[in-house]
Amino acid sequence: MISAFFIFNQKGEVLISRLYRTDFKRSIADVFRIQVVSNSDVRSPIITLGSTSFFHVRINNLYVVAVTKTNANAALVFEFCYRFISICKAYFGKVDEEAVKNNFVVIYELIDEINDFGYPQNSEIDTLKTYITTESIVSTNIAAEESSKITTQATGAISWRRADVRYKKNEAFVDVIENVNLSMSAKGNVLRADVDGHIQMRAYLTGTPECKFGLNDKLVIDKNDKGQSDAVELDDCRFHQCVSLAEFDADRTISFVPPDGEFELMRYRSTSNVKLPLRVIPSVTEVGTTQVQYTVIVKANFNNKLSATDVVIRIPTPLNTTTTECKAPTGKAKYVPAENVIIWKIARLQGGAECSIRATADLTRTTTRQVWARPPIDVDFQVLMFTASGLIVRFLKVFEKSNYQSVKWVRYLTKASGNYQIRF
Amino acid sequence: MSIRAPRKGENYELSVDLNSEYREKRKDAIKRTIASMTVGKDVSGLFPDVLKNMQTDDLEQKKLVYLYLMNYAKTQPELVILAVNTFVKDTDDPNPLVRALAIRTMGCLRAEKIIDYLCDPLQKCLKDENPYVRKTAALCVAKLYDLKPDLVLDNGFLDQLLEMIADSNPMVVANTVAALTDIHVSAIGSGASSEDSGYFTITTSILNKLLIALNECSEWGRVAILNALARYQAHDEKESEHICERVVPQFQHANGAVVLAAVKVIMIHMRKVHREEMTRQLVRKMAPPLVTLLSSPPEVQWVALRNINLLLQKRPDILQNEMRVFFCKYNDPLYVKVEKVDIMVRLASENNVDALLSELKEYASEVDVDFVRKSIKAIGQTAVKIDAAAERCVNVLLELINTRVSYVVQEAVVVMKDIFRKYPKTYEGVIPILCSNLDELDEPEAKASLIWIIGEYANTIDNAADLLGIFVDSFTEEAYPVQLQTLTAVVKLFLIKPDSSQAIVQRILNTATKDCDSPDVRDRAYIYWRLLSMDPAAAKAVVLAHRPPISIPRTTVAPSLLEELLGEVGTLASVYHKPSETFIGKGRIGADAVRNRAELGDDQLSAQKALQTVAAGQQAENLLDFDDASTIEGQPSGLAATGILSQTPAAANIIAGTSTNPLDDLVSIFGGGDSGSSGGLAPAPMSFGGGGFGGMGQFGAGAPGALGTAGLSNMPPTPATAKPNMHPEQQEDLLGLF
Repeated sequence: MISAFFIFNQKGEVLISRLYRTDFKRSIADVFRIQVVSNSDVRSPIITLGSTSFFHVRINNLYVVAVTKTNANAALVFEFCYRFISICKAYFGKVDEEAVKNNFVVIYELIDEINDFGYPQNSEIDTLKTYITTESIVSTNIAAEESSKITTQATGAISWRRADVRYKKNEAFVDVIENVNLSMSAKGNVLRADVDGHIQMRAYLTGTPECKFGLNDKLVIDKNDKGQSDAVELDDCRFHQCVSLAEFDADRTISFVPPDGEFELMRYRSTSNVKLPLRVIPSVTEVGTTQVQYTVIVKANFNNKLSATDVVIRIPTPLNTTTTECKAPTGKAKYVPAENVIIWKIARLQGGAECSIRATADLTRTTTRQVWARPPIDVDFQVLMFTASGLIVRFLKVFEKSNYQSVKWVRYLTKASGNYQIRF
Repeated sequence: MSIRAPRKGENYELSVDLNSEYREKRKDAIKRTIASMTVGKDVSGLFPDVLKNMQTDDLEQKKLVYLYLMNYAKTQPELVILAVNTFVKDTDDPNPLVRALAIRTMGCLRAEKIIDYLCDPLQKCLKDENPYVRKTAALCVAKLYDLKPDLVLDNGFLDQLLEMIADSNPMVVANTVAALTDIHVSAIGSGASSEDSGYFTITTSILNKLLIALNECSEWGRVAILNALARYQAHDEKESEHICERVVPQFQHANGAVVLAAVKVIMIHMRKVHREEMTRQLVRKMAPPLVTLLSSPPEVQWVALRNINLLLQKRPDILQNEMRVFFCKYNDPLYVKVEKVDIMVRLASENNVDALLSELKEYASEVDVDFVRKSIKAIGQTAVKIDAAAERCVNVLLELINTRVSYVVQEAVVVMKDIFRKYPKTYEGVIPILCSNLDELDEPEAKASLIWIIGEYANTIDNAADLLGIFVDSFTEEAYPVQLQTLTAVVKLFLIKPDSSQAIVQRILNTATKDCDSPDVRDRAYIYWRLLSMDPAAAKAVVLAHRPPISIPRTTVAPSLLEELLGEVGTLASVYHKPSETFIGKGRIGADAVRNRAELGDDQLSAQKALQTVAAGQQAENLLDFDDASTIEGQPSGLAATGILSQTPAAANIIAGTSTNPLDDLVSIFGGGDSGSSGGLAPAPMSFGGGGFGGMGQFGAGAPGALGTAGLSNMPPTPATAKPNMHPEQQEDLLGLF
């Protein structure tokens, strides 16, 4: 139960303030400013002062804050804050101080719609957009019937879909996007490799279609025909609320009535047999106390018809680095002193290819002997038409009363951003 | 009485624009008014001007005016009455959005005058044909209850809500459940009803309706319904199983709050499930969704981790093979990392200890001091937990000590002390290395630990007297815990090597009794002195007594509290690992409340607890029989322990969370000897320490009852009950002479 909701900018100025309940005065915002915004050492996203608890989430220099005086459901409060952020993204394209200031009227409308008396209400972006718009609506313009329809949808069993969707061409796009997380030890052992995947779908389908979705999920395949080896073991799946969970629980079929347009159908996690698309072999030697020498080799471990794009390798340097020298035959490398890293960018890396960089970092002498924490090397990349988990979409069937033909498209993308780490 | 704005300034301009003849200009002025309101400027003076703009077809403008009204209705109660007409008219509007908006806003106005006009429209809206209006009206009943409970009861709104649980629309059901729960909770809070005969008792027929609605309603609605399911008292095992089966599919929901709420329901109803196979299946299904929560945003992750920590205390087998997923990423926020390390230690076993140690070693070289310390502590805990890995842990610690980074060395020394406690006489080879770092230590805890080690192994350390001499020289400048340890260590040294250390022991007893301003240190010195001069053999038996081995406690909270917290998975209480009374409303818990809770609590648990306490009490009494000195020794270290605990906020949380329990015991055993102090452990030793010196003369005369009954009744439970509950405290206790 959320008693109050605020948005602060980085200076601690209140941009949005809404008290859902009366257990606070507006001045509670000052308490947050003093205790959190102007405190440089905040070590917890929840702060309880007296009997008041502040939950905060930071995004682009904004603080999204929910306040409560009860033993609130912490998971729900944070999920709500993040939902608010994603709604803002959908409405304004970005979430920052400027966007909030320019759209505060809509934001007030939104936070009153998605939360009543501290209890979160319908927060489906698609539905919200039908009756909370950036242009003002004059109530006479919307016929009462129209809003009846909207409200029925907002509260109905299929709150995410209008009934009267029409398309000339019925299409569905499925994007399988996998984020690879890797921690590799200095000795080259994989400490942890897993895949956070999500399946993004864009459905442009007429009427109220019933979809069935099939993956090479090991549990399903093993049951039907034994002996196939390309099945993938999914550790866990989570679904958009349109998917019937009871059905999935019973026999692992994924069936749903999709929202119109883009949505995230499911998330999954896989930890077994993760294929690592890039292998990074660093060798870093500290020469005395004044120099560090690097040789980093990157190998592309996948079919040579595919290629990795936007490869960015961030090689940390000690804090007291003065100058660096980089020799990269492939791609471009440069030293970014502000972040203490050498950034090596390769626009395209063909499957099976291998490239390397040599670099040295010169250090100043320091009076105190500082230990260099040696943060891990971090790699970002994208590989199209490749899944690290080996997941394949086997089918997507669409059933609708009118029995139309529909076209389906599937794309695969494996990427890493910020969590593909190699220690050295 | 309204205050008119002066004829100049911002508010005046706004007021002019609000009364403009052009629609756009008026609307713009309303927006500017709201903007001023947001930044905290007082625009209440514009109330009548804003109110004039309420009658409009423009929905957006209407919402803005309503927003203004909600903020200032309380300050302008006389003027609000002017708005009532429009509101009532709006609740009859053909547009359901307008109807819902009106009823939603009326509930938020909180002005006495308007409430009387609320009941009729509310009655109507609860029966509206449109579900959107009904779901808004349902919450409005809770708003009304918050303002004037009598009105809700008199108008029969409660019965109406109870009927609405059978509504055909799942969203209406969800909001009805939320409203009823809200009313139920605040009724209990204000004492209008009790938990047993509350306004929202979930019967079997309600249960079935909820289970049906659960699969259809929105994510937030599911959380509300799951919360209600958690409160249901199942009649038999079959019913519990049925609920579990129906709730399990929710584990696959995309919203973390739904997953955790489902975990809560399962944990509660699983208590009644006795079928082994069923329990195992439920636990197995619970693991993957919990792990998946780790790929949520960091804040949600943290909430999940705190809860996983609790779940593991109840069911250590839940994530047996999943330790690797808890490995910290370099860019995880600190609060997530610290929690992950905690969980990793919980999951440590002989199979994965190597991977764990290499991770912890890695973390110990990171930048953040707190996290580094935490990792080193974790290495020590692993050593104590897994016998087979102790040697490897010690080797890692030695490597870390070799880095010579001050805080690393200090923490490693503290940790080594615990390893010596667990494996006495095993790693004596390490002692010279530790002693060589003597100069690096500047924190009391590290110093105290090293001194303890020196005293304990005085017979194998050749220059023990020299090393202790350093601390004796600076005795008066040291912190009290260091002084206490120095005192004890020197006495140990004297008992082991009486010939060579006569001088040093004389010196320290002199200094401690004459120049020390801490009564605890002084008392302990007197006791030692008398022991040594009267009966050296007894002194040996006391000071060099065999110490019970230490172990890592499986739980950080008391069993009864753990059960309570598992019933609150996902909430703030579960994040803090504290009962909710400690941080919400009503100030601190009184002794009465604690006593009531102990009486109301699970019979079995309290019986168990009572038994534990009696056993512990007997132990303490045995020690008393033996010699009063030993209990007194325990006392200062108890004080030291609380002192140290309150320094770190995290530890303070732990102690606050558990401190009610020793008090429970106190109350139940001694029939309220000294139940006025609800603050926890601190008061007991304090009161004793204060009176300690005065009683000393009597005590020296050998009167066993010299401490007085009040002191006694305070004393035994303090160390005894602390043992099963608190890890850090336990070690501190054992560090002493106990």
